[in-house]
Amino acid sequence: MSVRVFVPRDTTALSLGADAVAARLEREARARGLALTLVRNGSRGAAWLEPLVEVETANGRLAFGPVIAEDIPGLLDAGLLDGDLLAGDTGHPLALGPTEALPWFARQQRLTFARIGLTDPLSIADYLAHDGYRGLETALTRTPQELVEEVKASGLRGRGGAAFPTGIKWQTVLDTPADQKYIVCNADEGDSGTFADRLAMECDPYLLIEGMTIAGLAVGATQGYIYLRSEYPLAKTILDAAIAHAEAAGYLGDDIRGSGHAFHLEVRLGAGAYICGEETSLLESLEGKRGLVRFKPPLPAIEGLFGRPTVVNNVLSLAAVPFILAEGAQAYADVGMGRSRGTLALQLAGNVKRGGLVELAFGASLRTLMEEFGGGTASGRPLRAVQVGGPLCAYLPESQWDLPLDYEAFAEVGAGVGHGGVVMFDDSVDMAEQARFSMEFCKTESCGKCTPCRIGSTRGVEVIDRIRAGENRAANLALLGELCETMEDGSLCAMGGMTPFPVRSALTHFPDDFRRPVEGD
Amino acid sequence: MTEPSSSTGFTLTLDGVEVSAYRGETLWQVAKRAGETIPHLCFKDASGYRADGNCRACMVEIEGERALAASCLREAAPGMVVKSADSERARTAREGVMELLLVDQPARDDSPDRSSHFWAMADQLAIDATAVRERLPTRRQGAVHHVAPREDSLTHAQGHDDSHSAMRVNLDACIECNLCVRACREVQVNDVIGLAHRGSASKIVFDFDDPMGDSTCVACGECVQACPTGALMPATLVDQAGHGDSAAADRRVDSVCPYCGVGCQLTYHIKDDEILFVEGRDGPSNANRLCVKGRFGYDYPRHPSRLTTPLIRKPRIAKGIDPAFDPANPLTHFREASWDEALDVAARGLVDLKAAHGPAALAGFGSAKCSNEEAWLFQKLVRTGFGSNHVDHCTRLCHASSVAALMECIGSGAVTASFMQASEADVVILTGCNPAVNHPVAATFFKQAAKRGTKILILDPRGQALDAYAHRSVRFSPGADVALFNAMLNVIITEGLYDEAYIAQHTEGFEALEAHVVDMTPEAMSGLCGVEPETIREVARLYATAERAMIFWGMGISQHTHGTDNARCLISLALACGQTGRPGTGLHPLRGQNNVQGASDAGLIPMVMPDYQPVSDAQVRAAFEELWNTPLDPEPGLTVVEIMDAIHAGTIKGMYIQGENPAMSDPDLEHARQALGELEHLVVQDLFVTETAQFADVILPASAWPEKDGSVTNTNRQVQLGRAALPLPGQAKPDWWIIQEIAKRFGLGWDYQHPRDVFAEMKRGMPSLDHISWERLEREQSVTYPCPAEDAPGADVVFSDAFPTASGRAKFSPTRPLPPDEPVDDAFPTVLTTGRQLEHWHTGSMTRRATVLDDLEPEAVASLAPGELARLGLAPGDALTITTRRGAITLRARIDPAMPEGMVFVPFCYGEAAANLLTNPALDPYGKIPEFKYAACRLSPADAA
Repeated sequence: MSVRVFVPRDTTALSLGADAVAARLEREARARGLALTLVRNGSRGAAWLEPLVEVETANGRLAFGPVIAEDIPGLLDAGLLDGDLLAGDTGHPLALGPTEALPWFARQQRLTFARIGLTDPLSIADYLAHDGYRGLETALTRTPQELVEEVKASGLRGRGGAAFPTGIKWQTVLDTPADQKYIVCNADEGDSGTFADRLAMECDPYLLIEGMTIAGLAVGATQGYIYLRSEYPLAKTILDAAIAHAEAAGYLGDDIRGSGHAFHLEVRLGAGAYICGEETSLLESLEGKRGLVRFKPPLPAIEGLFGRPTVVNNVLSLAAVPFILAEGAQAYADVGMGRSRGTLALQLAGNVKRGGLVELAFGASLRTLMEEFGGGTASGRPLRAVQVGGPLCAYLPESQWDLPLDYEAFAEVGAGVGHGGVVMFDDSVDMAEQARFSMEFCKTESCGKCTPCRIGSTRGVEVIDRIRAGENRAANLALLGELCETMEDGSLCAMGGMTPFPVRSALTHFPDDFRRPVEGD
Repeated sequence: MTEPSSSTGFTLTLDGVEVSAYRGETLWQVAKRAGETIPHLCFKDASGYRADGNCRACMVEIEGERALAASCLREAAPGMVVKSADSERARTAREGVMELLLVDQPARDDSPDRSSHFWAMADQLAIDATAVRERLPTRRQGAVHHVAPREDSLTHAQGHDDSHSAMRVNLDACIECNLCVRACREVQVNDVIGLAHRGSASKIVFDFDDPMGDSTCVACGECVQACPTGALMPATLVDQAGHGDSAAADRRVDSVCPYCGVGCQLTYHIKDDEILFVEGRDGPSNANRLCVKGRFGYDYPRHPSRLTTPLIRKPRIAKGIDPAFDPANPLTHFREASWDEALDVAARGLVDLKAAHGPAALAGFGSAKCSNEEAWLFQKLVRTGFGSNHVDHCTRLCHASSVAALMECIGSGAVTASFMQASEADVVILTGCNPAVNHPVAATFFKQAAKRGTKILILDPRGQALDAYAHRSVRFSPGADVALFNAMLNVIITEGLYDEAYIAQHTEGFEALEAHVVDMTPEAMSGLCGVEPETIREVARLYATAERAMIFWGMGISQHTHGTDNARCLISLALACGQTGRPGTGLHPLRGQNNVQGASDAGLIPMVMPDYQPVSDAQVRAAFEELWNTPLDPEPGLTVVEIMDAIHAGTIKGMYIQGENPAMSDPDLEHARQALGELEHLVVQDLFVTETAQFADVILPASAWPEKDGSVTNTNRQVQLGRAALPLPGQAKPDWWIIQEIAKRFGLGWDYQHPRDVFAEMKRGMPSLDHISWERLEREQSVTYPCPAEDAPGADVVFSDAFPTASGRAKFSPTRPLPPDEPVDDAFPTVLTTGRQLEHWHTGSMTRRATVLDDLEPEAVASLAPGELARLGLAPGDALTITTRRGAITLRARIDPAMPEGMVFVPFCYGEAAANLLTNPALDPYGKIPEFKYAACRLSPADAA
């Protein structure tokens, strides 16, 4: 009997040697005359355990990790394929026991990421076997307005960071008459410490395809584009293949599952600009132009891609939709707190012991996340600050770690949940340097169109340098405040408008860091 | 901008005051009407400039909105509560932006434009530049451009770029507002300027970050006019150190461009009686735009070889082109004379010839470069003083055939619709014209239309810059126009695509045309014209089935022995499809000279009196005899080339040539020059000792366009005013004054004090000028004829109801394909075609004396297809000899992928390699226009010739 062994093939696992693990496993098994069926599944999102090798047993999968190729002979010696290799004295140091029982997984609430790591990402059969396309099935029986209502009722809000109610955006597109409408998926995942979009696309591509198809049905769009950052080549390969398979199986094309509805999908690559994650820049870039931010209004929902009504949604917003249709809006809305409904895909990164994807209902605290899931810092030093929501969001000091993860609660203290990136810093961090980094990031990644963002950030870097050098500290701190104000009030988009958030938070919560001499001075 | 109708109006609150607004207006515009100029940098309050909202200097606060809004972009909405001047937040944001930009600017006194819009805005916001510089970090040393070091930039692009003779680039003053990008890509649609790099490293680049002078820039100067900081400046305004001042002028004069028939309105900026620079004005045909000639080709009147004294030929100095002659030093061949003497000698020679040989011994060439009033006076002098109708001008060499066909078929020689109507058209045919070169500002209207979705169909043997904007670009065999057009007519008729109702209501002779084109199927004509039958069908269908379509043509149509037939075909196409008389439809021969329309209207044509009234018509003559109180010759006069022949034949013995240069512009120059040399008496009135003046007995120093008042009429039938901007140099005189002095010496008691007096007389003989008075022109700058009332605009589109023919109907005039007069053969296997270049005007007498234009195109060139060059074994820049049955010239070969093989193009502006030594003088039988566009020639490397 051939044993099924899972070795993930997402970018994280691959970069940690998963291919070598897989090759070694096959070679060693062959040499030993062991029968095994190798499945290249997606990652389960536990970056700290990758490559996470799993062995299928009658009682579920057993986990081993992190495994490197050199571990394979020892694991086989210890009986990897026997189905009962566990940790402990009689087992193997890499054996983790049943995967699902690992607290790191067990304590998560995976709605959107329910399937990642379980399946072969490109197998439609596997997808269907794991509840895939149930949302679309339902959707095909509904009217566009019913679909929009369902999404509205779920309380889903844009997961890209702005948290705009997805259903209301869809309603606008549905209500705007046009000869052509578009669904555009923003897969230009560029925030520091984020990788949830990539995991979704690499590990469960049909989920996104299904979500976009439902969106197309809901608003009357027949063409979708996934705007994918070029730094995700594997996601591109997987999405392209998945789209081809979906077309062949009738899940995309002119007549989706015999419904008479059409939906076509294409992946387009970005060119390395952070700003193209901003929706109007993204549309410009998608149209083949320089990635410059557009003035709003008009909203993309009314005049978007090529001037047509366009839904621009983040990967995670679209990926949440199949669950909402399959299980009903209420099932999604039942989870969460306040106006933040459903789950949030948090990505633990930076100086963290157990990094990876943690999907939780809104409402959990940062501290829970960083300590119980993250296990503290990788360095073992005390945590000092955390940046949640990417480079345009605030740095949070310990006093704010008990805030519930909720859009409104974060906004109240000038922070943001953003796209769910959580970057942790230990006590060796120089927050003045982090403030400078925020300005520098803006300076480098600004589209350059508007003055406050383009020049304000440049001057911001220089002013922070002066402050750190102890030059006219009071005057320059005041000047930095004015610069921040000009950027907040004058910028064309959130890039310049929100860069002051991390800067101000560093100034407010870590003022001492701006008073110490810079190394080398 | 037209005031929106009150039905679309509403109110909003601005700084606590209720103000009116209209749908589509921006908050900036609302504030402007309410009397407040909100600070602005990247927004240009001019037609064609899209607001971009990038500088953020115009922010306002809108009640209920978290973020401030850019007022230049934000549309007004009913009930909005907006705070501008009253908003502390807005003021802080505006100042913040201004300070950020200012700190990166060179100090005002070191800046390329100390009077720039930028500094005006800084003043408006009361920014203290010194304080700001003390407070904010400034541009890092070594980071030449703007805010970031640019390791990736080419060294030439750091800061200063003086590679272009017309413009100076100083990116130190650039604020990346991208107005120049919009100017280049959206307004003039030349697509040269772009933004490169990202974020704080963004910068303006020409092409792929090339020096401006090496880029594909066509030097329209729109970017210079748009730039709010002086980062882009006219070179003449910036000194060696890079400091400049756009307000250096002590006065400004509004006038019209002296070059092509587009008729761009412009403003001369003048200091110490010298033109400092030229700016486009918001005229109906140019909307502030200009081309390289109009903007930068203005210094020819002050060229060292400018004539400032009357000259009389020295005794025993032979007439003719002497290679040793230097126009800047004419006293080798001529002596200076007083005006009295020169005028007496000039007039006496003519008067004596008339006395000895009769009126028919004299002829005159007037000029389409001069004013309407001067054209009127010149033809009046010939008709009433010389006593014949031997008066013509260069229209004979450009659109005479078009006018002949238009007169014959629709009863009017002018355009039926302005070129601005292209914006309204669904389909535009451009054939035998190259507007990007010859009518560059008209081309901007075509390119903008194409960007908005108008389908441009280019039918031409040669490729051109506008191909990039064309829906279809069809290259046909040289000289095969009639075959192509008849095949299109055949498609339209056989497929029933014609407009039956229009034909029935407005035309006659359709049945004859129907029968006539029946055998000229696309298949039958394809071999002749070299176009696939399917392509012919496609183009015909596109034109015929368009809701609104226009046809534009140029000299590629008219300058053939079948030029009139070419134009007849185009007229038939329009009539058959009902594509005239409505907005977005019409027939438009793009006129060449700035006043060729007006000079023709004013009667500088041998067979017609002013307004195209036949001289052979007794009633017409009677009216003018009454107006001028003189009997008139009933015989139509001779045309340009016929006059040359008549000189050879000995019947014409004396000529008065005003502002024309037949010794360069006539076909078969050897023949024409011989004729000029045979004249017993030749008076030439010009700015320079032109090639023609080298044959003169007397040369009269005349006025350049910027030195006199006068009206001109452009290709759109718009009558516009030129105003004296410069004093006349030396003893030079206005042309109208000189003509009057000659007339006096013919015993004509003229006493015009000013061109307005002439204009008043013209109105009495030209119904086309009804309701257009000199005062109205002064007031309105431009009035289109025909004009229905003193207080109503003229008709942009004409002949909606009826045509000005006896029956009120237009006529189909069937044609048959004819070969060119001189087909290629084994001895002369290549087609020679001639024309103009963007930088040079006509025979080059003005433009080759304009510093910038001469610098951009300094020497004679012949354009050839790459394959043709390869066949000859020549590299670009090598010397090439072109030989025809009439002569040979040697000039540099230029590679031009737009040229078809088997053809060479030579501009006719270069005296040292005069294209017209080669051209064929064979005439179109109706328009009497020579076949400048087709002669058989032989090409050879120069040393092998």
